[in-house]
Amino acid sequence: MEGDAELSDLYRDVLLDYYRSTAHKGRLESPDVRGHGVSPICGDEIEITAKNRQGRLGPIRYSGRGCVISQASSAMMAQALEGKTLAEVRSLMEAFGDMMLRQGPVDSLPEDLEEAKALEGVRRFPARVKCAMLSWNTLRLGLEKPREAVEFREEGS
Amino acid sequence: MDPASLRQDFPILQRKVRGKALVYLDNAATTQKPSRVIEFEKAFYERHNANIHRGVHALSEESTALVDESRAKVARFIGAGAREIVFTRNATESINLVAHAWGRKFLGPRDEILLTEMEHHSNLVPWQLLAQEKGVRLRFVPVTPQGTIDLESARRTITPKTRLFAFTAMSNALGSINPVRELVALAKENGAASLVDASQWVPHLRTDVAELDCDFLAFSAHKMLGPTGVGVLYGRQKLLEEMNPFLGGGDMIGQVWLERSSYADPPQKFEAGTPNIAGIAAFAQAIDYLSEIGMEAVRRHEIALTQRALEIARAQSGVELYGPADVNERGGVLSFNVADIHPHDVGQVFDSEGIAIRAGHHCCQPLMSKMRIGGTARASFYLYNTIEDVEAFGRGLRKVKEFFKVKEAVGHGR
Repeated sequence: MEGDAELSDLYRDVLLDYYRSTAHKGRLESPDVRGHGVSPICGDEIEITAKNRQGRLGPIRYSGRGCVISQASSAMMAQALEGKTLAEVRSLMEAFGDMMLRQGPVDSLPEDLEEAKALEGVRRFPARVKCAMLSWNTLRLGLEKPREAVEFREEGS
Repeated sequence: MDPASLRQDFPILQRKVRGKALVYLDNAATTQKPSRVIEFEKAFYERHNANIHRGVHALSEESTALVDESRAKVARFIGAGAREIVFTRNATESINLVAHAWGRKFLGPRDEILLTEMEHHSNLVPWQLLAQEKGVRLRFVPVTPQGTIDLESARRTITPKTRLFAFTAMSNALGSINPVRELVALAKENGAASLVDASQWVPHLRTDVAELDCDFLAFSAHKMLGPTGVGVLYGRQKLLEEMNPFLGGGDMIGQVWLERSSYADPPQKFEAGTPNIAGIAAFAQAIDYLSEIGMEAVRRHEIALTQRALEIARAQSGVELYGPADVNERGGVLSFNVADIHPHDVGQVFDSEGIAIRAGHHCCQPLMSKMRIGGTARASFYLYNTIEDVEAFGRGLRKVKEFFKVKEAVGHGR
């Protein structure tokens, strides 16, 4: 796979749909979980806010600046994790990280991450994997320290 | 000069990327190397390798001579004396050297350093560190909305407390060429020293430090056909002599006792430890290569390429360009955005065509904030780029718009 084929595989239609979607964009007032993610390489920033309602996460909102990959990944994350228990959230996060970072098989991803499979093509571009992981890492850190404003910083220059 | 035939000297330009012929437009980040630089570095290890200033054996004499020769060539190339040329790892280290060895010795809480809002992080962070340590105040000449430094506002920002004016000769992010000579003169009139970050200048425009009259000038070999890991600091002889040493160690000493040492004269005083000998030796080949072509010819060629690139970009709706409109006020750097598409996504589409451009904040986050953008995509040219490469840039632009379905003839919101 080269050139145009790689490009279409990276920017799959479903990814572009999520990128353009505004369903989970925004910022929640007095959130239970808040994380601020920064990617020093590209200067992108993302803020994730979420509520914790009787042990279930949601709603989840993201705001900030980012590329197609990071914005689409944020939208997919919000959709996949909303309404899940914290245990489910942790396991889905792990499964997603496994696919992106350790090239885990896409077919064995849980059903809740069906849409996130569209990010598979990103794995071919190591520089872009960080874009896909930014919101997930930011939320993970936010969950580890609830009710604190935490900052996640990608490794970079 | 004939770029099409020059290209034969650069082996990497023959390779394919993503199934297409490589179009390398990321020269402001680093440049490609001609065969003679690559072969010289190899030949150094095969025939001359030895540490410098050490043994009396033949190989050490040869390697020492190669470093001396390279220093002399660099000096001639920028109109300096050989003893005013300090080899470092890169321009960043050169600037840090001045902050440590000059700044720490001479500056304190009553003093100010004048910078500009368009500096690369490498000409900003070292001064922030110094300011935190010594209580020095930092001031900034604002950039104009066109992305230039104007002399009048520099005049308004400099104060009697300014001890150093450190500024870029040419913005790596926007391509703007600054009025270097006038800014240096302004520093001098106000009793301040001047440091020119010439990382984007020396590779592309003829440089004469005597004519510029600056006190310090920093640049990197890898941005001018030379190896990575070699940088240069030019320092006025008198200032180099007054400064503290930088790193301590072998090769920078006069005499050493257990409790104290005396130091070597400049430039050795600032060159502790074994340097990148092979890289420094091979850098001389890059200097020769550029000298044979002539920097005036390099500049003329880059103006022609930039002119065409500007025409192409201006003809495309939805493309926003940054930096001066006049090609004579800019180097071969074109910074742009396409509608509201993130620069990384722009860069990815170019990459799919085998075209290498840079995307992001270009290590100039304060400048990007000032211009209220997250970043830009940037194409930058050098002597081996052809008009065909510029046409490929145009193809890349059109493909970005097609791929992300940018509507034609609709204004963009940046």
